[in-house]
Amino acid sequence: MSDELVLPLAKPVIGVSGKTGTWRLQRPVYDSSKCIKCRLCWLYCPDSTIDINEGGIDFITINYDYCKGCGICSNVCPTKAITMTPEG
Amino acid sequence: MTLKTLTGNYAVATAVKLARVNVISAYPITPQTTIVEKLAEMVESGELKAGMIRVESEHSALAAVYGAASGGARVFTATSSHGLLYMHEMLWWVAGSRIPVVMAVVTRTIGPPWNIWTDHSDVMDQRDTGWLITFAENNQETLDETIKLFRITEDERVFLPGIVTLDAFILSHTTEPVDVPDQSLVDAFLPPRKQPYIFRAGEPIIMGNIPRDLKWNMMMREDIDKAMERAKKVIEETDLLWGRLVGRRYGGLTECYRCEDAKHFIIGVGAWVGDMREAVDYLREKFGLKIGLIKIRYFRPFPKEDMIKWLNNAVSAIVFDRSVSPGAGGPIFIEVLASLASAGVRIPVKGVVAGLAGVDVTPEDVANAVLTSVSEVEELGTFKQSISWFYGGE
Repeated sequence: MSDELVLPLAKPVIGVSGKTGTWRLQRPVYDSSKCIKCRLCWLYCPDSTIDINEGGIDFITINYDYCKGCGICSNVCPTKAITMTPEG
Repeated sequence: MTLKTLTGNYAVATAVKLARVNVISAYPITPQTTIVEKLAEMVESGELKAGMIRVESEHSALAAVYGAASGGARVFTATSSHGLLYMHEMLWWVAGSRIPVVMAVVTRTIGPPWNIWTDHSDVMDQRDTGWLITFAENNQETLDETIKLFRITEDERVFLPGIVTLDAFILSHTTEPVDVPDQSLVDAFLPPRKQPYIFRAGEPIIMGNIPRDLKWNMMMREDIDKAMERAKKVIEETDLLWGRLVGRRYGGLTECYRCEDAKHFIIGVGAWVGDMREAVDYLREKFGLKIGLIKIRYFRPFPKEDMIKWLNNAVSAIVFDRSVSPGAGGPIFIEVLASLASAGVRIPVKGVVAGLAGVDVTPEDVANAVLTSVSEVEELGTFKQSISWFYGGE
């Protein structure tokens, strides 16, 4: 990579735009008892803030540092295991 | 060294083959089509080992080679007129990401009304994109400049894409004798491809993400401007080097024809520079007029310094534009004026808008327009009109 040019390049890092979780107005809350482990929330999350825990008590973990509260996970969940609740 | 009879479009295809491109994308539009048709034949026969991508639009044509070039390939595509305008957004992406790409633009009028003949409206519309833009006068220059453009665009001082421009039919479909250099000679001239970065699997980088500080965005634009300035020297060096190898030099950004003692100047670009040469010869021989011709070979970067050098002691200059920015004048006229003004050179300059839509302008037409204008200057010390529309003929 050339050092002299001013190039529109970046290296991918976690949270390049800062902690976008502060933007959140509604918080997705997960209920493991309703979860059927279909992974749709993980697949649809536009910011990759949902991690899968294979064999864990909670099948998913939501990263609230970066979750913007868009509600897509709640919307796609077939068993309503994720509900949106107003932030404090 | 082999003399072949080639159309302008086949001269481009031959040059692209000699440059050993890796990937070509093709979408047909008159009068460009025979360039990519010829390249398709070369790929099919095995004469050229390159990937050929048939795409669904001109926007995709440039996007496809942009992707390949980002991955390290030497690439080529070609278009004209409405196709070029449809591609316009992608021109910004390619230049903005500093990826060298070479494209041929066979200039063709923009509709409406529907028209296939040459004028320069299509390529002038790409003026601000950050692409180098060169105009060829004949098929030999078309071939030479296409090969050179690969070297210039891939020079680390430049790293910008470039357009080689040839006039519809006058060059694209007209056969001329063209000296085709040997492959070994082109191989010696053209080093392996260089570019500022390469997208590789397993080495993720992001191109074009929103910068945290908008000043970076502006700095990238300034960097393109600086690269254009540096390109001026690279273009001159490349002309010298190519000249040593093949014995043909064209000058750097401009060529000045019969300028030694000239007081009045014609300025033009593209194929009709040939007609202008004849007009200059005629005016000198028949009328003893001390007239010279400035051929603009590169419109981007614009040869500001050359304009000042050639016109510093001139009595007058007449700029022929084959396109117009309605409400402002011909783009070359505007930039010649700006160049002269930046150095405090104050001479009468006239902008002649002519040859739009393929309206033919002959050497006689040029000579007559010049005679009228020069007599105005000699009588009044200036031109009656700074901009005029000239239709040629009777």
